This record gives sequence, structure tokens and C-alpha cells, in this order.
Amino acid sequence: MVSLSWYLSVGALLFAIGVLGIFLNRRNLIVLLMAIELMLLAVNMNFVAFSHYLGDHHGQVFVFFILTVAAAEAAIGLAILVTLFRNLATINVDELDSLKG
Amino acid sequence: MDITTLLFLAFAAALLAAAVGVITARNPVHAVLLLVLAFFSAACLWMLLRAEFLAIALVLVYVGAVMVLFLFVVMMLDINIDRLREGFWRHLPLAAVVGVAIALQLAAVLLHGAWQGRRAPGPGIAGVNNIEALGRLMFTDYVYPVQVAGLILLVGMVAAVVLTLRRRKDSKFQRPGDQVRVKRAERVRLVAMPADAEGRQDARR
Repeated sequence: MVSLSWYLSVGALLFAIGVLGIFLNRRNLIVLLMAIELMLLAVNMNFVAFSHYLGDHHGQVFVFFILTVAAAEAAIGLAILVTLFRNLATINVDELDSLKG
Repeated sequence: MDITTLLFLAFAAALLAAAVGVITARNPVHAVLLLVLAFFSAACLWMLLRAEFLAIALVLVYVGAVMVLFLFVVMMLDINIDRLREGFWRHLPLAAVVGVAIALQLAAVLLHGAWQGRRAPGPGIAGVNNIEALGRLMFTDYVYPVQVAGLILLVGMVAAVVLTLRRRKDSKFQRPGDQVRVKRAERVRLVAMPADAEGRQDARR
């Protein structure tokens, strides 16, 4: 029988993979955005698992809102990415330093 | 081992393998496709948890819209992959330390969590399927948050359009401001013509 801990373990591993991805791909903005999506998915996984095992639907409503905000975030992030690439012809994070004092 | 456990193990393995592939893939297009696989596996796991609405929403909204947007952007940008991969292995030790630390912390919480031993308050609204229960919650208790979510999506859409809108230099368009501000002197030129007979004869000739 699958218990709550199994789902939480999957969520924890997924979150750790997302953090690892941010550290490994420090230069590639696209993969950074995808790693953030992975971390959001891990959080949603925990919400859904708790919602099921505690028999409370409020957690699923919360996941709905997280999905909404994540979709808006992805759209704006990709728009910024496209604008950056148009102006600077790079998505390397190290070269995006025009705000550095 | 029942079928649910087998399905859970299969989907969880696919999810984690795809997630590892996302962060290590050489080609960003492959990374996006692996992310689609990860979301799909997660949706299957949510099906096992009887969160049908969210599973379908994840596939429709995320795989159908957001991931396609990702794929579109990745394919549109002309990226030099090798330069972006520099320092990939240099960051690995730090990344491994942070990743293991996070995994250990989460494992500690998992093993000694406050949620253990808590009585489950029953299966929510009885005799109602998932979508109906969620709909009742969303349109009663969460009416205002739902509207705020809609506003967030609207603002996100406007922001994305404003950020990427660009006028082409060779396209023809009107400038209403200039049209309104125009003076009579710029458009109409009054020319004084001689009205005498000599001038008329010159014109006839």
C-alpha cells in the first residue's frame, strides 16, 4: 500500500533535483526556468498528497492557485528572456550584468 | 504488491528520471521534452491520488500551453549550447552538497514530521466526485481568490505582450498624436496669384 511518505519522498527528491539543476546550470537561463518549474511541481506534489491523505480538498484548491501563478510566471519569464536575447543576443546569466554597479 | 503500488513506482521512477534528464540534458529542446514527460508522470501520480481535476489541468494547461511556450522560445532562440555548458561540472561538488543537504533535511522532516499520528478528518465532502468538490470550494470559499487569480493571469498576459511587442522599422503605421498636432501651415500653402489681364493672357498662352 502506498503511504503518504512515499509521495512526500518523491516530492523531496524532485525539489532537490530542481535545486541541483539551478546550481548546475548557472549560465543557461532557460534551464533555470525549467528547474524552477520542477521545484513548483514538487511543492504541488506535496500539496496533493497531503490533500488526499488528510481527506481535505483545500490543498487541491491551493495547487490550482499555484498552477495559475506559475503559468503567469513562466509567461512573463519567457517574455523577459526573449527581450533579453533580442537586445543582448545571449541568455548567459554571467553576461547579464548591466545592473552591476 | 498491488497494482497501485506498481503504478506508483513506475510513474515515480519516470518522473525522477525525467527530472534528472531536464537538468543534465545537453540540448535545451531535449530538456523541454523531458520536462513534458515529468509533468505527464506527475499528472499520472495525481490520478493515483484521486486528484483528477488537477491531473487533467496539469496536462492541459502545463503540457498544452506552458511547455509549448517553452518549446517555442527554445526553438526560436539561436543559442550556442557549448558556451552555456561551461562550468557545468565545476559547479557539481557545491550542487551535490546543497542537494544532499536539502534531501537530508526533508528526510528528517519526513521521518519525524508533526503530521504523523494525526487523525485523518475523513474523505472531505462525502459522495461527491473530485471535480464537484473542488468546484464547490472554489466558487464558495475561494471566490475572491479565484478572481484575483484571473486578474493575475490578465496582468501576466498584458505584461508578456508589452514586453515582447516591437515595431518593425519598415512597417507603415499612423501616428495619431502627430496627426492631431498638425498645424494648418504645414498642410495648406496659400499662393498669391496675379489677377491682372497680363497675367491672364500669359496663362492662356
